[in-house]
Amino acid sequence: MAVKRKVPAIIDKPMNFCPGCGHGIVARVICECLEELGQDNNVIFPIGVGCSSNLGGGFTADRFHCPHGRASAVATGMKRVSPENIVISYQGDGDAYSIGIAETMNAAYRNEKITVITVNNTNFGMTGGQMSWTTMPDQKTTTSQLGRDCSITGAPIKFPEMVASQFDVAYVARGSVHTPAEINKTKKYIKKAIQAQIDGEGYSLVEVLSPCPVNWGMTPVQAMNRLRDDVVPYYPLGELKSKEAK
Amino acid sequence: MAEMWKGNHAIAEAAVRAGCMLYAGYPITPSTEIMEYLSYRLPELDRGFVQAESELAGVNMIIGGAACGYRCLTASSGPGISLKQEGMSVLADEELAAVVINVVRYGNGLGTLFSAQCDYHRETKGGGNGDYRVIVLCPGSIQEAVDHVSLAYELAEKYRIVTMIMTEGALGQMMEPVVMPEFQEIKRNPWALDGQYTYKKIGIFDRDSMAEAVELNDKYAAIKANEQRWEDEGLEDADYVFVSYGLPGQSTIGAVEQLKADGHKVGFIRPITAWPFPEKAFEKINPNVKGVITVEANATGQMVDDVALYIKKVQKDRNVPAYCLPYVYGIPAMKDIKRDFEKIVAGEIKEVY
Amino acid sequence: MSKVQIFADRCKECGLCVAHCPKDAITFAEEINAAGYRPVTIDDDKCIACGICYVTCPDGVYEVK
Repeated sequence: MAVKRKVPAIIDKPMNFCPGCGHGIVARVICECLEELGQDNNVIFPIGVGCSSNLGGGFTADRFHCPHGRASAVATGMKRVSPENIVISYQGDGDAYSIGIAETMNAAYRNEKITVITVNNTNFGMTGGQMSWTTMPDQKTTTSQLGRDCSITGAPIKFPEMVASQFDVAYVARGSVHTPAEINKTKKYIKKAIQAQIDGEGYSLVEVLSPCPVNWGMTPVQAMNRLRDDVVPYYPLGELKSKEAK
Repeated sequence: MAEMWKGNHAIAEAAVRAGCMLYAGYPITPSTEIMEYLSYRLPELDRGFVQAESELAGVNMIIGGAACGYRCLTASSGPGISLKQEGMSVLADEELAAVVINVVRYGNGLGTLFSAQCDYHRETKGGGNGDYRVIVLCPGSIQEAVDHVSLAYELAEKYRIVTMIMTEGALGQMMEPVVMPEFQEIKRNPWALDGQYTYKKIGIFDRDSMAEAVELNDKYAAIKANEQRWEDEGLEDADYVFVSYGLPGQSTIGAVEQLKADGHKVGFIRPITAWPFPEKAFEKINPNVKGVITVEANATGQMVDDVALYIKKVQKDRNVPAYCLPYVYGIPAMKDIKRDFEKIVAGEIKEVY
Repeated sequence: MSKVQIFADRCKECGLCVAHCPKDAITFAEEINAAGYRPVTIDDDKCIACGICYVTCPDGVYEVK
C-alpha cells in the first residue's frame, strides 16, 4: 500500500505561510506536476504580490517577484522571448482579479501560451484580511466589517467562468484543497494545464480555492470546512474548458 | 549613404538593428509610429511584438522579457510614461537592462500634443518610488537618436540599469537624413532567467538593504564618473553660457552663433546625458562668467535647478546667477532667444537662483 | 524503520493531517520544535503509509519511504 512520496526538490524549503494555509499545498502540487512532466528544470515562475510573495523564498527555481497584479503581463513578456521555457504565473485572488484584472484578463484574451494559477482565499491575506473581489456575500473582512454588501461592492467575481465562456483558450478549471481527494483532483487539473502549455495549445488557468485560517478567524480544519460549506457552493469545482469538452 | 527617415520610424529601426527582441506598448501621440513600425517589422524577423492593453501592461511585459535576458523596448509619451513608473522602479530594483523611449509632449495630466521638455525632473530624479536613477539620453537630431539606441542598450547592460531616451514630439514626427547602423547579433544576458535556475536570485525577503545601498551608490558614482556626455563651445571666455538640450538645444546653438557674430561673448553646453548631468562641462566655464542661462520647453523651468546647482558647486566662491528662459512648448526661435538674452543682460529678466 | 519520515522543524501544528489520517495514527508530540509548535508524531503500528498526511500537509513535513 506504500507509495513513495517526497516533496519535489524545487519546493523543498521551509516557507512562511500561516499554519494550515493552502498555498503550501498548491505550490507543492504544481512542483509535483512539473517533476512528473520532466519540466522542473525548465520553469520560470512570475509571482504575484500578496501571500504568494512567500514563494520568492520558497521556490528553488527561476522566479520573479512581479509588481502587484502584473504577473500575467510579465509572464506574457517572458513567454514571448523564451517560448521554450514553461512559464507559470502564480497569483492570489487579490493580485489577479482586483488590481490585476486588466492584465490577467488580457493574457487570457490573447490566448498567451502561459499557465496561470490563482489561489483564491476570498480576501487580501498578506495585508491583513481586507475584502477582495472573491469575498463571499455577507463575509466580514477588515474593509467590510458589517459583512460584504454586494449591492454596493458587486458580487464575488467568477473569473474562470468569464474566461471559459468568452475567450478562445486551451484549458480552464477550478479546484480546491479542502480534502485529500480534492487536492488530488486539483493536481490533475494543474497537470493538464501545464500539458496544454507544453503542447503549445494556448492559455491555461486553474483557480484553486484555499483556506485562510488567520484572517477568517478559524482553526485550519474549520477553515477547510468553510471552503466545503460556504465557498464551493458559490464557486463550483471542475473543468470549465478542456480539449475533451470542446 | 543617408536616407530620409521620420524620427519615430528611425528610432524603431535602430532598435531592430540593435537586436531588440520584444516591443510591448500602447498607442499615444506623438510616439505611436514607433509601435506601428515595429508591429510589422519585428514579426517579419520572427521577434516579439505585443500591442498591450495599457502602457502599464506594456512595461510589465518588458520586465518579463528583460528578466529573461533579452533586449526589449517600450515607448510612450506624457501620461503613458507616468503609467510606467512603477515598472521602471521595478526594473531598477531588479537591476535589469531595458530601454524606454519618452517622446515628450507638453502638459500635465492629459496635456497637449505639443513638443516639449516638461518631463526633465521626473526622468532625471526617478519618477517611481524609491531612490533609483535611470540614464537619460537627449538626442538633438534624428541621427543622434538612432545612434543613442544602441548606446542605450550598451549602457543599460554595462550597468544593469534602465536607459531612457528622452526625446520630444517634434523629433519623433520630423524627417532628417539618417545613416542606419549595421545589424547586431541577438544575445542573452548572463543574469537571465533561463528556466534552469542558472542565475541564483535570492528571495525578496532575504535581501540585505544596507549592503545593497552601498552597491547602489557605487553604481551611480561610477556612472557619474564615466558616462557624462555633452557638446560645448566657447566656454573658456564666455560672459554668459547657455545650457539647452534636444531641439531647443539646436536653436540655442544657432542663437549663440548669431550672438557671437554680433560681438557677444557667449558659449553653450548641450547636455547629451541629462543624467548623469554633465557636471564636468561646468569645470571648463570661464571663472569670471557673469551668468548661466537655460533654454527649456516647459513652463516652470526644470533643468535650471541642476544648472544652478552645478555652476555654484564648481565656482563655489562666486554665487553665479542662473537664469531660465522657459518657452513652455515647441522649439524656441533663435530671434526669441536673442531678444530674451538682451533682456537678461539689461536686467529685465531676473535670475532664478 | 518508520514508514513515514517527519521533518519536525517544518511542522506548524495546523492539524490537517491529524484530521484526515484514516487510521488516526497522528498526534502532536509533547516537546516543541524550533518555531515553538508541537510537531506531529506517528504511531507506526497504526500507520499504513497511505500518504494522505503527505498530500494534505502544506509544509513538507512528511516523506513516505
